[in-house]
Amino acid sequence: MENNNNHYSIETKDLSIHYGRFTAVRNVNLKVEKQKITAIIGPSGCGKSTLLRAFNRMNDFVSGSSVTGEIFLHGRNLYSKHVDPVEVRRKIGMVFQKPNPFPKSIYENIAWGARINGFKGKVDELVENSLRSAALWDEVKDKLQESAYALSGGQQQRLCIARAIAVQPEIILMDEPASALDPISTLRVEELLQELKKNYTILIVTHNMQQAARASDFTAMMMIDDQRAGGVIEFDDTKKIFTRPTDKRTEDYVTGRFG
Amino acid sequence: MNQKTDSFPEGSDFYSALKKRYRVASIWQILFLSALFVAMISLTALLYNVMDGAFGYIAYEYKNDPSEFTFTPVNELSKEELLTILQNNLSAGAYKKLDAEQAMPTRSQADLMNLFLERLLQIDTKQTWSMTESILQGNEIRQEAKTNYPEARIEFRSWLTPQFLVSSLSSRAEFAGVRTAVLGSLWLVGIAIAFALPIGTGAAIYLQEYAPKNWFTAIIQTNLNNLAGVPSIVYGMLGLAVFVRLLEPFTSGGIFGLTDANGRTVLSAGLTMGILVLPLIIINAQEAIKAVPDSLRQASFGVGATRWQTVWYHVLPNALPGILTGSILALSRALGETAPLIVVGASTFISVDPDGPFSKFTALPIQIYQWTTRAQSEFHAVAASGIIVLLVLLLTLNASAILLRNRFQRKL
Amino acid sequence: MNFDLKKKTRVGESVIQALLFFAGILSVFITLAIVYELGKEALLFFNNPDVTLAKFFGGTIWQPGIGAYGIWALVSATLTTSFIAICISLPLGLAAAVYLSEYASLRARSILKPALEILAGIPTVVYGYFALLFVTPVLQNIFGNENIQVYNMLSAGLVMGIMILPLISSMSEDALSAAPRALREAAYALGATKVETSLQVVLPAALSGIGAALIVGISRAVGETMIVAVASGAGPNFTFNPLQAAETMTGHIARISGGDLSYNSIDYTSLFSIALMLFLVTLALNLISQWVVNRFRERYE
Repeated sequence: MENNNNHYSIETKDLSIHYGRFTAVRNVNLKVEKQKITAIIGPSGCGKSTLLRAFNRMNDFVSGSSVTGEIFLHGRNLYSKHVDPVEVRRKIGMVFQKPNPFPKSIYENIAWGARINGFKGKVDELVENSLRSAALWDEVKDKLQESAYALSGGQQQRLCIARAIAVQPEIILMDEPASALDPISTLRVEELLQELKKNYTILIVTHNMQQAARASDFTAMMMIDDQRAGGVIEFDDTKKIFTRPTDKRTEDYVTGRFG
Repeated sequence: MNQKTDSFPEGSDFYSALKKRYRVASIWQILFLSALFVAMISLTALLYNVMDGAFGYIAYEYKNDPSEFTFTPVNELSKEELLTILQNNLSAGAYKKLDAEQAMPTRSQADLMNLFLERLLQIDTKQTWSMTESILQGNEIRQEAKTNYPEARIEFRSWLTPQFLVSSLSSRAEFAGVRTAVLGSLWLVGIAIAFALPIGTGAAIYLQEYAPKNWFTAIIQTNLNNLAGVPSIVYGMLGLAVFVRLLEPFTSGGIFGLTDANGRTVLSAGLTMGILVLPLIIINAQEAIKAVPDSLRQASFGVGATRWQTVWYHVLPNALPGILTGSILALSRALGETAPLIVVGASTFISVDPDGPFSKFTALPIQIYQWTTRAQSEFHAVAASGIIVLLVLLLTLNASAILLRNRFQRKL
Repeated sequence: MNFDLKKKTRVGESVIQALLFFAGILSVFITLAIVYELGKEALLFFNNPDVTLAKFFGGTIWQPGIGAYGIWALVSATLTTSFIAICISLPLGLAAAVYLSEYASLRARSILKPALEILAGIPTVVYGYFALLFVTPVLQNIFGNENIQVYNMLSAGLVMGIMILPLISSMSEDALSAAPRALREAAYALGATKVETSLQVVLPAALSGIGAALIVGISRAVGETMIVAVASGAGPNFTFNPLQAAETMTGHIARISGGDLSYNSIDYTSLFSIALMLFLVTLALNLISQWVVNRFRERYE
């Protein structure tokens, strides 16, 4: 990979996100390491999802939203005028809170993203590989042409992960991917994360601290300030965050003394 | 397990592919927008077409020269002069007949002028031109008319005049007016709403507040949605069979002692319209009642009110603006409906204003239909003027519905 | 104070409830009355020795003078005008719906939506005027006077398409907007452009709602009377050539019932048989569309 003089994948520099005049997220400086899992935690309403969606420019669809500061991927600012958001989203995939498969067949769910992005290889292979990577292949290999809606919630979410993998992004953003799932499905998704980080950089928003502690390598702790703008108050090794946090607020939060 | 392949276009390949995708995208976007463009163009063309018909040059002749009757220029004649001229030149029988319809001295100057033009001068329209032609080719038209009709007078005429609004129908396009038709339409929608509003509101209250959730209620609801989609002409057939024919003794006024009428009355037509708009009124009223928050009902029940007291004192007052808005929209539907009126037997030519539910009648859309299908172009001009009157009435109704809705929304 | 909790019969309440119940089921009686009255007269019609079901449903000539009652003479015009109308209103209505639901800014919507509502609120007799006195002359210029009749199905069909366009666009727009936001986000997150998302994800998700809109549109076209009565021609004519004059089922009812019609004559009863067919066809279409819409609702709610 070009520009590979450090082991960081994506960096933010004084990143602030605004809705109209309201500042939702203020001055975030993060360096996300390659092929690691970085968790973003914090109380609800602190801007975790907003921050996550800034990485692949999903906030563009919210009218009135704007961004100041920079996000760098391979040394290019994702918010520079010359960058196309479509390209950004192709490189930075996303998995959402609730499973949201397309109302198409399982096969089409995977193949569609590849097709629109001009995939020239063998689609069948791509579908199989993606489903295998998402640990779903064995469960669905005999019913690829059936509607994705026939799958269980946990399967649907793994299908959405497979769909994101299929366009071969570098980074996968996950917005509380297990919050709508039962404990067993959650566990499977967490196991899957460990597999995926071999190939992908993963940023995950979670409100579940055990999950962050179990699954992530790094953790960013977010909190709102007195003007209701969210900010990262501490960013460090997950182990350190959960055992020896430097910030008192982080300590309160991870030990459950907060809110 | 690394499966990164070169199968996705990267770098410059990606950008050229993306460029192509955007090109396709903009073509589609133009297509989407052009559909709306077509709709707007159609609307504009329709409105323009109507305006175009209602104004323009007209070439006409007088069969009898004005100098035979008076030396004052025709358009400067006073009411008194006109009265004298008519008295002196109409046959005694004809004058008496006119006087019996409405006493001559009580008639307006414009009315008398029409009689003068129609009976004595015997105006005869030779040709009419549209507004566009008249504006763009005024000189050519005057030249052409001069050569084709050397005797003719040419003037720019607005077919839509105050006179048009207050005149009754006429077999001559020049004197035709919409008073009788507008009054007929008002009677119609009046009867329709008097019938449909209370019943429709009652039905909506029953369905929202009383009806148990069972298969029977589901059937009523499905049936309502279907009725709303039944072609209006089928309602006309129902009206013909039930109101005009079966209930003739009632709808003709026969049981009230009227003898000369048949069932083709404004009452029959009004009831037919009432049935036609009933499903719309019910569905709208249901929406309005649904929008009343449940907490209000619970509060009312909580202080010991009965179901009806809750409905009457709390649900209805809050739903009323919504119900009225829906009713106004239903009214405007009834005002523009034509097909059922043809079927239940609106009179195509009638010069007597409707004066009660058992009158024969005509309606504005019926006259527009009649005038449009006449061969002579001067009737098309009258039709265009009638359409303008109808559209203005509809616009007023809809504007009041929107005002009502906005006030209602602000309150909630 | 007497305070028992016995159930009281409230006479006033019961009377009111009975009245409301009657209002509620009146609509069912209306449907029954339609079926009964149309059915009764249609039965009289079919009992006529001149008429057989085979000739009625198989014949292509409708000429009461010679005792020929072949419904196809009217159905052909109904099919032709409705087909033209749908060919106009479906693509245009759908494209307009996609634009309004996926592209238009709030400002653009606030102008475009009311304009479409105006188009939907114009009485059909006015559309008839427009068809006969604007569209027909334009078509005569295009095709040449000798190739197209003054009354023709093309003009009526085109204008009917414009009339139905707002209906299809607003129903389709509702269906498109009902497609969940999450679906759009999923598509964008894969690097899809707006058009790819709209056409390949949102549109298929809304397909059943759009299908319902199409069916309601067909039902509206089949039942539409005034445009065809004014512009399409007065006289049954078995043809599918849109440049010719031909009378639709509705147009025929309007023309014949507008004249002097004596009860119990075969002219009178024949109209009811046509009306019964119209009613049954539109009823079936409306039922199907409701079924489709209900299924569609269940999926996302």
